[in-house]
Amino acid sequence: MSNAASIVAVVLVSIASLAVGAFGLRLSRTMSDFYVASRGVGPVLNASAISGEYLSAASFLGVAGLILARGVDMLWLPVGWTAGYLLLLVFVAAPLRRSGAYTLPDFAQLRLESVVARRASSLLVVAIGLLYLIPQFQGAGLTLRTLTGAPSWVGQLAVAVVVCLNVLPGGMRSVTLVQAFHYWLKLLALLTPLFFLLGALGGRSGDPDVGAVFVADWVEPLRGDHALYLTYSLVLATFFGTMGLPHVVVRFYTNRDGRAARRATLAVLVLLSGFYLLPVLYGVIGRYVASDLVAAGRADSVVLELPSRLFDGPVAEGLTALLAAGAFAAFLSTSTGLVVSVAGVVSQDLVRWGAGHRQGIRTFRLSTVAVVAVSLLLTIVSAGVPVAHAVELTFAVAASTFCPMLLLGIWWRGLTARGAIAGMVVGGGLSMGAVVSTTFGIATGGWFGVVMTQPAAVSVPLSFATMVLVSVATRASAPEHVARTMVRLHAPEHIDLNRGSFHPERWYRRASAPVSPVSPVSPVTHVNQSSAANGATTEGTDSGTQHTAYDSGDTTARRSQPTARRD
Amino acid sequence: MTSSEAPEPGADARGRMPSAEAGRPRAGAGVAGDPRSRTRVRVTSPRTSAARTRSVSIASEIDEQTRLGEVYITSLMRSQLRLALTVLVILASTLGLLPLAFRAVPAIADIDLLGVPLPWVLLTVVAFVEIIGLGWFYVRQSERNEDDFSDLLEGR
Repeated sequence: MSNAASIVAVVLVSIASLAVGAFGLRLSRTMSDFYVASRGVGPVLNASAISGEYLSAASFLGVAGLILARGVDMLWLPVGWTAGYLLLLVFVAAPLRRSGAYTLPDFAQLRLESVVARRASSLLVVAIGLLYLIPQFQGAGLTLRTLTGAPSWVGQLAVAVVVCLNVLPGGMRSVTLVQAFHYWLKLLALLTPLFFLLGALGGRSGDPDVGAVFVADWVEPLRGDHALYLTYSLVLATFFGTMGLPHVVVRFYTNRDGRAARRATLAVLVLLSGFYLLPVLYGVIGRYVASDLVAAGRADSVVLELPSRLFDGPVAEGLTALLAAGAFAAFLSTSTGLVVSVAGVVSQDLVRWGAGHRQGIRTFRLSTVAVVAVSLLLTIVSAGVPVAHAVELTFAVAASTFCPMLLLGIWWRGLTARGAIAGMVVGGGLSMGAVVSTTFGIATGGWFGVVMTQPAAVSVPLSFATMVLVSVATRASAPEHVARTMVRLHAPEHIDLNRGSFHPERWYRRASAPVSPVSPVSPVTHVNQSSAANGATTEGTDSGTQHTAYDSGDTTARRSQPTARRD
Repeated sequence: MTSSEAPEPGADARGRMPSAEAGRPRAGAGVAGDPRSRTRVRVTSPRTSAARTRSVSIASEIDEQTRLGEVYITSLMRSQLRLALTVLVILASTLGLLPLAFRAVPAIADIDLLGVPLPWVLLTVVAFVEIIGLGWFYVRQSERNEDDFSDLLEGR
């Protein structure tokens, strides 16, 4: 299916993404812009960006393919991926935004006041990020090969280059615009051909291939082996895994405040629900006209192949090109989000410690290139290993590590650093073990094998239990400022309260050259300085290492000028 | 604007408690000390409004991490957690029970709605509408909880 129009479409998407990014670049001036888009992104734009980043190739191509192949039970994937945002909304969105944390390690350090917990979270972010990036790169290579016959590395390299070009100059601001653009592109790319397909299907004389559709295994739920366990495990992984994905969490930092974060998430629910109906329809249409793809093992390409099944000539080519553009946008936006979040963590935690005080932006850029290069290398090394299932398992890993850390950290004062680390080790170990064993096909029979295919129903409760039990056992080492942290996480921003002085942005700001304290010295800052100085002498009980972000001289503490009490 | 080290008499005209003014610089440093040892100072200045007085005092109770301040924050956390758990329970008892319902009553799959089998309708349109509805309900209620909390702090 060599298709010149598709090549043109993919090139156009790349150029358009770069152009939108360059436009965003003009808006991205300061250091703060670079990392977090100055947190001034409106709810609708932000919601589009969140959805655009979230809807990966697994959503654009994978869902339709799975529904084509396996039917009604796979409807839990789009439902779970959307419900995951509902749970993120009700438990995490506003407190996470109010924490001021940019990454999950930031949150771990703020809440648990432990550098060890921070490092453990950093390693986990890198692991989850790479686990999610490799399937994106592989998928891009496969898609381009399907469309154009080019070797796999062409598509992989193309995604890598465009991602780098987007992230390197503009940082978060341009990325926000690009991802918002990608959401609407993906929606249109699925919606427009759908009208044509439905029209063609309705106009076809005679009954379509009904035989393939009304098969009990496909149309009725829970027909497979261990279906109830597998379904519930999938539900648990997707419902609770979304909140623990590093690239999802980073996006919340660009909301203006906690309420804006909630409203943006509500808008995300609407955008995702609207989108996810489309791949389901593609899967069903595919069952009518292209059920032979299942036997051929090419169910994943059903979205791209449907136009040529119902049309021929330039119409088919044009629609295929549009779908190819959408698919490529899906690879780009998710990879970009992952690269930004992983590179953010690498530049903060791994590089900085080694290299001392370098220029913040330069470190971030170096990390970006390093992350992209490593994932490209791993993609090439793991060629031939079936990694499609890895995306599903990533949700299980996130649900058994960061999800309990966030939920217990936000809603329970009793969580200690040791408890959180123990829980992440147990839940992460189990779910990562499942990833390794399924990826490399270490087949085991019986219930153990079933659990390893879909580990969430076991690993998530186990991780929660470990965190609670170890925390209770180590109550004595509870974080010192937990009461202040709770005020910070839960009190609305317009109420003027002392929220402590943790400020991850300061890391970057201190590294960049001109630091201008925003607020003049006032009694308020005086209070915060004294509390920070107090913290500086008493913290770091476990390793003697100090919260870098808690040291004195913090003039930009959470009491910003407009809300500062006038006394 | 007055500095906190030396409260001017003018500050009292706005109805602030002197203790709140003087207590401010110690608030942060007081983390190490016992918050209950804070000395109470009698209000001697004329109060323009009782509400203003209370607003300062509850906020500073929270700032100084007294037991009372913790009670206020805990009440906010509880109301928000109760709301979040309500949403979770509703979700679990509808969407979450679907697999069990499918297993217990396989006949569900035979029911058609406009030619589409019921499980397909439930797992697409109905599920998404429910998720959006719950999200909308949560956003509205949680903002109400926060408004109640800030009203409480401002003594309205």
